[in-house]
Amino acid sequence: MAGRRVRRALLGAVFLGAAAVALVFLVLPVVAIFSRVPPARLVHLLSTPIVTDALVVSLKTTAIAQALILLFGTPLAYLLASRRFAGRTLLVTLVELPLVLPPAVAGLGLLAAFGRFGLLGSTDRALGIDVSFTQTAVVMAVAFVSSPLYIRTAIAAFEGVDQDLVAASRTLGAGSTRTFFRVVLPLTRNGLAAGEALAFARGLGEFGATIMFAGSLQGVTQTLPLAIYAAFSLDFDVALAMGALLVVVSAVLLVTLRLILSWQPSRRISPSLVAPSS
Amino acid sequence: MATLSADFSLPRRSFELRLGLEVERTVALVGPSGAGKSSVLRAIAGLLQPSAGRVALDGETWFDADGGVDLPPDERRVGLVFQDYALFPHLSVRANVAYGGKERVDELLERFRISHLAGARPGELSGGERQRVALARALARNPGALLLDEPLAALDAHTKSGVRAELQELLSDLELPTLIVTHDYEDAVALAGTVGVLVDGELRQIGAPEELISSPLDPFVASFTGANLLHGRTVGEENGLTRVQLESGELLYSTDPGSGEVGVVVYPWDVSVGRAYPDDSALNLVSGEVVSVVQVGNRVRVRIGPLTAEVTGASAERLGLARGGTVFASFKATGTRLVPLS
Repeated sequence: MAGRRVRRALLGAVFLGAAAVALVFLVLPVVAIFSRVPPARLVHLLSTPIVTDALVVSLKTTAIAQALILLFGTPLAYLLASRRFAGRTLLVTLVELPLVLPPAVAGLGLLAAFGRFGLLGSTDRALGIDVSFTQTAVVMAVAFVSSPLYIRTAIAAFEGVDQDLVAASRTLGAGSTRTFFRVVLPLTRNGLAAGEALAFARGLGEFGATIMFAGSLQGVTQTLPLAIYAAFSLDFDVALAMGALLVVVSAVLLVTLRLILSWQPSRRISPSLVAPSS
Repeated sequence: MATLSADFSLPRRSFELRLGLEVERTVALVGPSGAGKSSVLRAIAGLLQPSAGRVALDGETWFDADGGVDLPPDERRVGLVFQDYALFPHLSVRANVAYGGKERVDELLERFRISHLAGARPGELSGGERQRVALARALARNPGALLLDEPLAALDAHTKSGVRAELQELLSDLELPTLIVTHDYEDAVALAGTVGVLVDGELRQIGAPEELISSPLDPFVASFTGANLLHGRTVGEENGLTRVQLESGELLYSTDPGSGEVGVVVYPWDVSVGRAYPDDSALNLVSGEVVSVVQVGNRVRVRIGPLTAEVTGASAERLGLARGGTVFASFKATGTRLVPLS
């Protein structure tokens, strides 16, 4: 009897200890970013050109990339969710592949496809375009690595729509386009927003594919994560300031996502937030 | 009045649905779940594509396999009311109704007594209210034919009888060709003048409800109309009556001709129950222990061996019917029908 009680107490202590270690490990780096440099100096550092340039590049490329993801990814997700055909599973897997691809491999793939000597390189040259090491390349890298997060969540959202509602809309005289905009889209809005928030967060933190495909040219292709990497050997405090900036933006995103998801308690989509990797 | 004609075959997972129907007033299809009832409605509405045949409303051809016609659902003037109503959860009652057509919204809200709910979301409504919204929405597009999928199945027993009466009234007012599918024979009879029995994708019999009761062509039809179906085989004739030996040994007589394996069909309300050996004109007698006694409205359903009898509450009380007692159940040879068993 006593043995069992001791064992149970011991097990409880082990769990608490493990939880404490995990918590400290996760929280400490974030706290450290803010605690090393006083807030006033942090704000001052944010006004240095390397930071403002990187912020502009980051915001611009992320915004364009996300717009493209919504524009092209939504129809793709809808078709994959609503059509049944041979090879569908394979196609879904291919679409999700960039998600698990090491960023360096993603960058390599983009170079091999769209780079000067890549698969479409000759077409690009004929048209007088060279995308590699331009801002277009940043947009492409961001879109490539982050769109699977959106598409995947969007497929789940579209699949969650009661097909009887779609059928009802059709029998009430609405064509498939009207049905999509008046029934499917309103019902999946929250799921799509959640997927988009995930893709946005992933895109904002994009590092590996961007540096390989677009390089790290201040004011052109140098995004915040790339600027952090460039700055941290020269001026650690500037790197920290940018780090703090990204933490704040990511936290705002996470909170927004939480709010969006809590508005739809019955929905079955609960995407795990994938941390922006670098 | 318009006529909806549906004559098609539609491959389903485990059977091929074949159907030839002319709907002028109200037709109800009854059958067990999985018989293909909903598929019939979906094929007519254009949500499923038949492999052959034709669907038309008067002169308008909606589907014709030979002619290569297959109108999309939104181009068929059909009002389909789904079993779970399929109201749009993100739209108000008014917007749901207006989705089908904007001209008659106020009139329909009033007609279905849902004006006071115009601003509510479907999630806030009771089952009966949801059905009224679904009907109003279906009618808002001015359909040429109405299809109702299990219109009463989603309602609790308490609401059901009231809604059934309302629906009856509505259907007779509308004068639209209406096809109803239901698993409940009583609902079918209450709502439709013509009832078809659909089993495994096949229309076993279609006709007036009285016709299905008086001369069922098939054991399924008999059991669906609520009849007793006693399995046996014929053992010759006697005085022009067919003698049937039941699996349990009893000998029964029927005025119906038949041979081989047959089902003896007898309705519960044609079976008399007594405590003593009856001395009357009934030729058929089954004695046995009372298995169950269940009150259904003002009637009492008594189960004696393989047989169900229906008596009034007063008779049940007078006889002191209770589980375990031995009683005699009798019915006339003229009250029986024989259906071949395959």
